Amino acid sequence: MGNWIINNGLTSFILVVWMGINTFLFVWFYLFYDLGDQFFYTRHLLGSALAWARAPAAVLNFNCLLILLPVCRNLLSLLRGSFMCCGRTMRKQLDKNLSFHKLVAYMIALMTAVHMIAHLLNVEWYNNSRQGVYDTLSTALSNLEDTDNTTYLNPIRTTDLDPQQIPTYFAFTTIAGLTGVIITLALILIITSSMEVIRRSYFEVFWYTHHLFIIFFAGLVFHGAGRIVRSQQKTDPPHNTTFCKDHPEDWGRIPECPIPQFAGGFPQTWMWVIGPMVLYVCERLLRFIRYMQTVRYRKIVMRPSKVLELQLVKNGFKMEVGQYVFINCPAISQLEWHPFTMTSAPEEDFFSIHIRSAGDWTDKLIDIMQKLPEGAQGPKMGVDGPFGTASEDVFDYEVSMLVGAGIGVTPFASILKSIWYKFKESNPKLRTRKIYFYWLCRETHAFEWFADLLQVLEKEMEERGMGDFLTYKLYLTGWDQVHADHVKVRFDQDTDVVTGLKQKTHYGRPIWDKEFEQVRKENPTSVVGTFLCGPEALAKVLEKKCAKYSDVDPRKTKFYFNKENF
Amino acid sequence: MGKIEWAMWANEQALASGLILLTGGIVGVAGQFRGWQFAAYAVAAGVFVCLLEYPRSKRSKGTSVERTGQYCFTVCVKTFGPLTRNYYVRAFLHAAICVPGGFMLATVLGCVCLGIASLIYLAAAIRGEHWEPILPRKAETRKPPESIKKPPQNPPPRPPPEMRKKRVDDLEGAAYDNPIDVTANE
Repeated sequence: MGNWIINNGLTSFILVVWMGINTFLFVWFYLFYDLGDQFFYTRHLLGSALAWARAPAAVLNFNCLLILLPVCRNLLSLLRGSFMCCGRTMRKQLDKNLSFHKLVAYMIALMTAVHMIAHLLNVEWYNNSRQGVYDTLSTALSNLEDTDNTTYLNPIRTTDLDPQQIPTYFAFTTIAGLTGVIITLALILIITSSMEVIRRSYFEVFWYTHHLFIIFFAGLVFHGAGRIVRSQQKTDPPHNTTFCKDHPEDWGRIPECPIPQFAGGFPQTWMWVIGPMVLYVCERLLRFIRYMQTVRYRKIVMRPSKVLELQLVKNGFKMEVGQYVFINCPAISQLEWHPFTMTSAPEEDFFSIHIRSAGDWTDKLIDIMQKLPEGAQGPKMGVDGPFGTASEDVFDYEVSMLVGAGIGVTPFASILKSIWYKFKESNPKLRTRKIYFYWLCRETHAFEWFADLLQVLEKEMEERGMGDFLTYKLYLTGWDQVHADHVKVRFDQDTDVVTGLKQKTHYGRPIWDKEFEQVRKENPTSVVGTFLCGPEALAKVLEKKCAKYSDVDPRKTKFYFNKENF
Repeated sequence: MGKIEWAMWANEQALASGLILLTGGIVGVAGQFRGWQFAAYAVAAGVFVCLLEYPRSKRSKGTSVERTGQYCFTVCVKTFGPLTRNYYVRAFLHAAICVPGGFMLATVLGCVCLGIASLIYLAAAIRGEHWEPILPRKAETRKPPESIKKPPQNPPPRPPPEMRKKRVDDLEGAAYDNPIDVTANE
């Protein structure tokens, strides 16, 4: 329970605050329109439907403000940098930006539906009032026109069309109606192309259609310009609604009841959204500037199993362990940016990424690189980043257990290299004295480069007599009879048959009880930090083991579990 | 964008349009709007479009993700054969269904959305796509080959017992040729 609060407490708190603000806005504006005196006559024509339309409108204003913010990733990086003092939990929230963006989008969709249905009712009832279907008061109110001494209340002025078509005519000839239809259509197209199925399979359709948001925001800003939500203005002498509502035929003829005057409300949406719109424009500008900065290739290496390693150099680029960058290659696609975790350490004067063949963009990139002559520079690249919460906690523990599952092993390349550099330089920030690294994968295809890295580290450590600084175990969970036969035959060789490493490969999943026992035995008094980059199920298992093997006695071993979303 | 199957997006759009048409229709009928008959039609049309579009098609390349519980719908839609398989038919069908929705404000949005879905289906049809049902694969059972079941009927070829006795005094004469060939089958 305590762990849940630490890991998810701040997220839940933020969500509660967000829902709280939404609820408050909804209720406040609902009551404003449902109880306010200036809308008395409007309510006579429309009932509560006006309030039901204006309340979601307020919530929509708030959420349209919010939706642009989580996708300004450079802005978020800036915030993250300035939050260094405020603790990692704050900074980790910034990594959940896309989830928040989707949540806000759902709220916008829901509120749009409520807003639209309420306005459908409004338009229908306004039309009926104009046609004289209701009582005399409604007809009198609807008859008020924009002349020298009267102002209209009912925005529907036409009567000489087929009454069934007047609502449609009204919708398409008023600013509010037309912009409303257009932006709702844009919203629907954005939503259908953002469904997970489409997004995962055809990212381009999702990305290009998503740019309809430009039309959405443009229409949204002008949506209220027609000022058709009318409130009653003060007249001199004042119009006594309680008395005058029963005498509509006497308006303008008796002193208590001058003709009521109405005016539209000042459009407010632009005040809500202009800030984020400016921020987003700055964000796109910044991405463009970063894209124009030169990126030089230091080395291009083709690794086994169609893995491409790129070592790049960019002016002023500073990274932390475990962060990722977005890469763009105009030769392949002008508009696609793809994220890759960096595999180099901050101590190196370049940054590297390992790109695995996993789709048509990566395939084309690998193809282009393979056709390059020896020592030539590759195609022009744009690099945006670095992004992501740095996983600096790794350096704080005396003993670390690092568990990387499958592709989750990639950030550990960066971490292991950084630890080794810090150790060699005797960097005081590094408190680590011993590392246990557990590498779980189904098969080692596409990760041979990581095995190479471990080999290099292994050799260097032996040279310094530090052979037991790093203990690593590889678990192949996808073994079959062929593997088993291979191993049987080469049992007595010094290096492992699969990876070429000194430590032998294990088959199947690790028995965590044994592992934790071993760590506890070898480090009887230390604080051990456990870090995982892998599936949720494994996180639960490790969390339990950490709790089980931690000792209350402060002199004995304690395990702390950190699940990183690298 | 070469690998896109437009039908997948058309399907999402059409399903959404069905729901919007249905919602607009319900509002029109419940509020007793002018032209509520069009709204009643929209309810029926919306339900029909949703039922038709709910089962996803099998993708020509890659894994297909089913919608929850779509199997019964798949079977129903499959029975119409070429009418539901062909996307030209769907495109024109949606275009025709959406027209009456334009006569009333409550259903106009559903009408336009369905019209857009119809256009995307037309694009899919022009590119030669068609609807394939996602059916559960029958697990293949491998029967062991017939020959290993039957034990051998005949004993191995041996000469008669008196020749099999070891004659230590005359080893040269004890050697014999097998009457039946014991080399491997050619």
